[in-house]
Amino acid sequence: MNLFGLLPYLVAGWILLIGMYGLVTSRNLIHAVGCLAVAQSATYVLLLSIGFRRGGTAPVFSDTSTHSVVVDPVVQALALTDVVVGATVTALLLSLVIQLHKRHSTIDPDRLNALRG
Amino acid sequence: MSRTGRIRLFLCAAAVIAVAYTLACTGLPHFGSAVHPYGARAVAATLKQRTANTISSINFDQRAFDTLGEESILLGSVLGVTALLRRTDEERQSSERGARVLPSTRLFGTLLLPVALLTGIYIVAHGQLSPGGGFQGGVILATALHLAYVAADYRALDRIRPRELLDGVDAVAAGAFTCLGLAGLVVGAAYLKNVLPLGTFNTLSSGGMVPVINAAVGVEVASGVIVLLAYFLDQTITTGPTTSPTITTSPGGPDGTEPSDTSEATS
Repeated sequence: MNLFGLLPYLVAGWILLIGMYGLVTSRNLIHAVGCLAVAQSATYVLLLSIGFRRGGTAPVFSDTSTHSVVVDPVVQALALTDVVVGATVTALLLSLVIQLHKRHSTIDPDRLNALRG
Repeated sequence: MSRTGRIRLFLCAAAVIAVAYTLACTGLPHFGSAVHPYGARAVAATLKQRTANTISSINFDQRAFDTLGEESILLGSVLGVTALLRRTDEERQSSERGARVLPSTRLFGTLLLPVALLTGIYIVAHGQLSPGGGFQGGVILATALHLAYVAADYRALDRIRPRELLDGVDAVAAGAFTCLGLAGLVVGAAYLKNVLPLGTFNTLSSGGMVPVINAAVGVEVASGVIVLLAYFLDQTITTGPTTSPTITTSPGGPDGTEPSDTSEATS
């Protein structure tokens, strides 16, 4: 496979790694939740690039012929599931950050090292 | 573990991931290739089910059971946020008056609120025909309601948003999806099988169960997101003796900048 054919997949890998780098170096849990969302968005890029078909249009047949060439709809449906799960996970994590801030008065992960009842 | 040690460990792991991932990518189908066995079968099944929007057919017909799980994740997340962000005894709601709103902003919100609500309903109802559906339309419906917050103040939003009712509606709509699946069992088919008449291709009533499940999901997502946002918005107007509403930690970005030393909020 030539490099150009590989590039969209590599972009997805790069987004995953840059999101993980942000998680590792984060000093603010809200920032860390954002980084997790970035890392997760790699899966959208990967899914959609796997499903791409040269010359294909959107897999919606309300205004095109049913014989037209479309991109893979299965991965698009998976990406939709992915977006919903990502949004709910972000909401839950942010509410955990709020609770942490209430109990420990900090959201710097490096300062959250003491066990407290 | 020290900071530099942690970054070194990450860089080692990242190198391993990068190499393994690149090798794995060379085994993937070519980008833009014409052969998509699952896609071709999904499109054929969609046309057989007379649903114009393939994504909706996959999500609410062919893979409806998976979508039930996805929807349960949303319900679980709403439950989790409700439990985590409920108001405790020592917290009280501040009774500050909202800031004055510009007349143009008020006009914008008042005019756009019904338009945005209608758009949300349209997106939910046409999920089987055009891009959209319960998840997307539900989010539009939920955010449309918050134009009241932009145009007026928090109390105006509170008046048009019966939270206790929406809590119940969220659970009922999630239960409705589960119960809709039982229709398949009643007629002797599989759970969540599309048993309704499929209608005419490319009309509002096509797709059998797809528009019905879309409607249930739309209601669930809309009420779920409203409830989620309500708990988060409540946090900004709740004051307690030990909490400060502002978070003073400065973010350490991926560019490696050292944050200032004000990251511990004083209580």
